Amino acid sequence: MSRKELLSKIGLRQDGRRAEELRRIRCKLGVFTQPDGSAYLEQGLTKVLAAVYGPHQVRGGRSKAQHDAAILNCQFSMAVFSTGDRKKRPRGDRKSTEISIHLRQALLAAVKVELYPWSQIDVFVEVLHADGGVFSACVNAATLALIDAGIPLKEYICACTASLANNNVAMVDISNQEEIIGGPVLTVVALPMSAKIVHMEMFQRFHLDHLPKVLNLALQGCKDIKVILDEAVRNHVEDIGSTTGWSNTTTKQ
Amino acid sequence: MLTTKVFIRKNKAGNFLKNIREHYLRDDINCGISNCDHCVPHLNSITPPTNENKSTLYNFNHYLILDTNVILHQMDILEEDVICNVIILNTVLEEVKHRNLPIYRRLNNVMENSSRNFYLFPNNFHIECYVAQDKLEIINDYNDRCIRKACVWYMQHVPKANFILVTDDVANRQLALKDNIHCCSVENYVAQLESAANLQDKLAHHEFQYASKKDDIFPPHLTTVEIHQGIKENKFYQGVYHASRDNFLEGYVTIEESDESLTQIIVQGRAGQNRAVQGDIVAVELFNISEWTVPSDMVLEDEGLVESGVDEVVRKETELKLSKGKKAEDKKPTGRVVGIIRRKWRQYCGILQQDGDATNLHQLFVPAERRVPKIRIQTRQGEYLRSQKIVVSIDLWPQHSRYPEGHFVRALGPIGDQATENEVVLLEHEVPHNQFSEQVLKCLPKIPWIITDADVAERVDLRHLAICSVDPPGCTDIDDALHCRTLSENTFEVGVHIADVSHFIRPGTALDLEAANRATTVYLVNKRIDMVPELLSSFLCSLRGGEERFAFSCIWEMDKDAKILNVRCHKSIIKSRKAMTYEEAQITIDDKTNNGAIAIALRNLNMLAKILKRKRLENGALVLASPEVKIHMDSETMEPLDVEVKQLFETNSMVEEFMLLANISVAEIILEAFPDCAMLRRHPSPPVTNFDPLLKVGQNLGFDIKVDTGKHLAESLDLAVKKNNPYMNTMLRILATRCMMQAVYFPSGILPRSNYFHYGLAVPLYTHFTSPIRRYADIMVHRLLAVTVGSDATYPDLLNKQKSQQLCNNLNYRNRMAQYAGRASVAFNTHLFFRNKVQDEEGYILCIRKNAIQILIPRYGLECALYLQTQKCGDVVLRAFDPVTVRLSLDSSNVQHERFVLKLVHPYIDGFSVQPLSVPSKRKNEIKNKKKINEKRKKQL
Ligand SMILES: [Zn+2]
Repeated sequence: MSRKELLSKIGLRQDGRRAEELRRIRCKLGVFTQPDGSAYLEQGLTKVLAAVYGPHQVRGGRSKAQHDAAILNCQFSMAVFSTGDRKKRPRGDRKSTEISIHLRQALLAAVKVELYPWSQIDVFVEVLHADGGVFSACVNAATLALIDAGIPLKEYICACTASLANNNVAMVDISNQEEIIGGPVLTVVALPMSAKIVHMEMFQRFHLDHLPKVLNLALQGCKDIKVILDEAVRNHVEDIGSTTGWSNTTTKQ
Repeated sequence: MLTTKVFIRKNKAGNFLKNIREHYLRDDINCGISNCDHCVPHLNSITPPTNENKSTLYNFNHYLILDTNVILHQMDILEEDVICNVIILNTVLEEVKHRNLPIYRRLNNVMENSSRNFYLFPNNFHIECYVAQDKLEIINDYNDRCIRKACVWYMQHVPKANFILVTDDVANRQLALKDNIHCCSVENYVAQLESAANLQDKLAHHEFQYASKKDDIFPPHLTTVEIHQGIKENKFYQGVYHASRDNFLEGYVTIEESDESLTQIIVQGRAGQNRAVQGDIVAVELFNISEWTVPSDMVLEDEGLVESGVDEVVRKETELKLSKGKKAEDKKPTGRVVGIIRRKWRQYCGILQQDGDATNLHQLFVPAERRVPKIRIQTRQGEYLRSQKIVVSIDLWPQHSRYPEGHFVRALGPIGDQATENEVVLLEHEVPHNQFSEQVLKCLPKIPWIITDADVAERVDLRHLAICSVDPPGCTDIDDALHCRTLSENTFEVGVHIADVSHFIRPGTALDLEAANRATTVYLVNKRIDMVPELLSSFLCSLRGGEERFAFSCIWEMDKDAKILNVRCHKSIIKSRKAMTYEEAQITIDDKTNNGAIAIALRNLNMLAKILKRKRLENGALVLASPEVKIHMDSETMEPLDVEVKQLFETNSMVEEFMLLANISVAEIILEAFPDCAMLRRHPSPPVTNFDPLLKVGQNLGFDIKVDTGKHLAESLDLAVKKNNPYMNTMLRILATRCMMQAVYFPSGILPRSNYFHYGLAVPLYTHFTSPIRRYADIMVHRLLAVTVGSDATYPDLLNKQKSQQLCNNLNYRNRMAQYAGRASVAFNTHLFFRNKVQDEEGYILCIRKNAIQILIPRYGLECALYLQTQKCGDVVLRAFDPVTVRLSLDSSNVQHERFVLKLVHPYIDGFSVQPLSVPSKRKNEIKNKKKINEKRKKQL
């Protein structure tokens, strides 16, 4: 028996959350001036920066360009200081390449690339600190950066993790500590408004019987995150609006 | 709703790692006091004290808040019902969990009991109770500060209630007083409690006036750091300490991880054993070869009294040294215990030493287990406790104390009383035997239980078949029933129907967990400790005659030669025509005039079983023997009336054959479906050296016993027959049985296929399927089989190899213990039967030792020693397996360890043997009974 329980008898997790509670999410749009769009997002202690360039002309050989849609280029990287042990993380290693591909696939589900033929959109995400749920934080940050860049989306793309505590109870938004203690981690990327699942991935396994409740909780997590992102976007728009003077038309009255 | 607090930890793992974790502080935590004005009533709230803690110290109603050490040290007190209305802080609970897992589990049990009013308050997540740790503050001080903070918060939060902090830490009490917290020590609190006069006896004492160094009897123990360092440098070995049963000054340590040359280190005397207690994990230092000794064959008993000093020990140590053999080749690795790595103290059953002053505050406790030292306890009720069997815990063993110090836990009942002795047997073998909890009983189906149409649709309806069960008389938990019908001239359909227990016990429920923990039903002579509640074991699952029941059926088509043509398994509904005893079934078979469906079925089954048995034996299955006895009890007085060897009919063997066949068939099916996690049972072939005693005896008797394979062993045992001593073959088989290994359960994934073999049955695959009412392994097998045949779904733990392995470990342990407990119970009742009786009995010499002859008395299944003063006396030669007559009587001078005393009657040796008894009148009656049985046996043949 492991000495540490993911969920105690009184229903609290190691960090004091309840099973269905997300970590604190803080985010900000437009943190950089150089890129066309950018965002910073904290999910618990996981901290991610995202930057979007484009749509612009296809770089590095026209042959790659598509006649009916924009190329979506995603790049994922982790800062040297992002985990407990400092180590050099070369760009383009196997793991980050894989995450980059997954990120691209997830975003393609909502980005209306068909509006920009012969062009390219670049999405860069960098993890400043990793504390569990890195991929889902990247997806959420990238969504905000895309919105900041003014690229049309079908809807929000949100991601969330969930796991199974004590082999029985589903819990949402898994921290690094919980990942270490054990239990499988299911990551879900969804379009929360239309309730579509875009991408799903799982480490370790649990019995099929548990899948519905874990999946539902992850989806609920995506919906909750959407509300938070939406509020951040509205605040951002309001801020910009008030400085440029057209806020009066959009603010609450 | 959420606030965050980030704290930084440094972990040393080669490098310094920065380890940051979030810590959410909440404002939605309930204080748990149900009449609180601030909090919303909560499900787990403790009701306002209905059963007040009445104390002369505090004349008001109050709640208790405990510190960590109080829980760690005084669990026996906390388990008392008089301690109620307790708030357990999460800080404390986590510390307890970290320091002592068994105590943590016991605390959880107490907390779950709703009548006790224990409430767990997660103070470390409460926004107003959280305190940050200062940089230089040591963890203990920090925890104490957290506890005081929580106390203060409670006092402000619920001003109308009173809270008392119980702690033995003087400094903590002083600081608490500054904050106006009521506080006191455990001893103080317990002493002033009104409703518990003798609770003080249960206090553990952890602080002792340290006497001067020169009073030390034992060398000091090394610190944990020194021990780890020593083990790393190969100076010390880690191992489990085992005390000798006969010599209190000797023990040995089995080394867990070592090169093969060193598996055991002998430790002798005070300095060698150094306060190690049976089962402790210790660090030992190995002496140079020149200092090695020979394990002594002396019997040394600890005769010390409670106040006696160390003189007796010193004298006996010298005695031990002088007695040592000088032969260098007998010398064994010897060493000394330098430190304790982990204590494995448990609660011990036993009695108070009877000599000395009973009114003395200090008393000496003598454990029933001989390998555990005497324990010094404090009690104010010595006179009463001397008549009782009691349970005692060890608290500590200081250097200056000859005996470990402990405290009284509870009394079990009068010494020698049957109920008391049952309790002792159960406790000493760690058999869980509490009443089933409410949660467990809640999982039971509602009565009246009705078979619905849905049930019928899911199952094959076999209610039309002539099914019957055959069991021992008085059996209420009937797990199996049989049927047989003729399909054509040459083919039969044979069905084994097993109670469908897994239908009622769903995985993961409280009922399931309880059954998994119990693992098996334990049978004592006059008591059955059920694995599942009686409603299931004796009623709903039990395949009673004339009632409709759910079953899991395994059905074969067989030809006349008992060759299996096909097999199928499915869940079914059956209606057993009749629940028969072995004897009834035998009579039905033998009664040629009876041509009913059941009689014909039984005859066919019997015919097929004989073929099956022959085939099995041809394959090399062993026929083993162990003297099993049955004790007849007077149902009113619960005293043993007679002890007799279990009677066997042909029908016993008939049922057994079909159960074996079902087990084998099911093993094949589940292994194919679940190669990784099928629960199987294997019986490893014993190492050849195990057979040494058997080979020796065989040689003496002039038989060539081959042990290289099971088949050869079986064949050579069959050949070892002597006309003039028909019991000799049985004796050989009894000896052979003792050479065997234990059969064990295992999940198939953890071992290579070649290890699945069952040596005793000579089959490549085996499992347990046929007794789910009394064995948990069978329930697991039922679940696996149910998935295979599509009538049930899998669940996570079923497919988890590691979980299955853990489960198997428990099942194997519990089974072994259940077996020992059963034997201990038979032994006690045989003793009870022989009190104040002297009888002459026939016996056989099992083996001959240096100073004793081991004699087996088949009538009582007893094995006793006949002690000899000299090797030679008269001119009679006694050999192994010779029949003898001995006089049997019971020596009850040692209250806890009664034993049989034998005297030789026949062959008569002048000056040694005694004259035969004239048969007393009461015996005549018994002899008549015996004759009857013999006649019956003749009939069978
Ligand atoms: Zn309250």
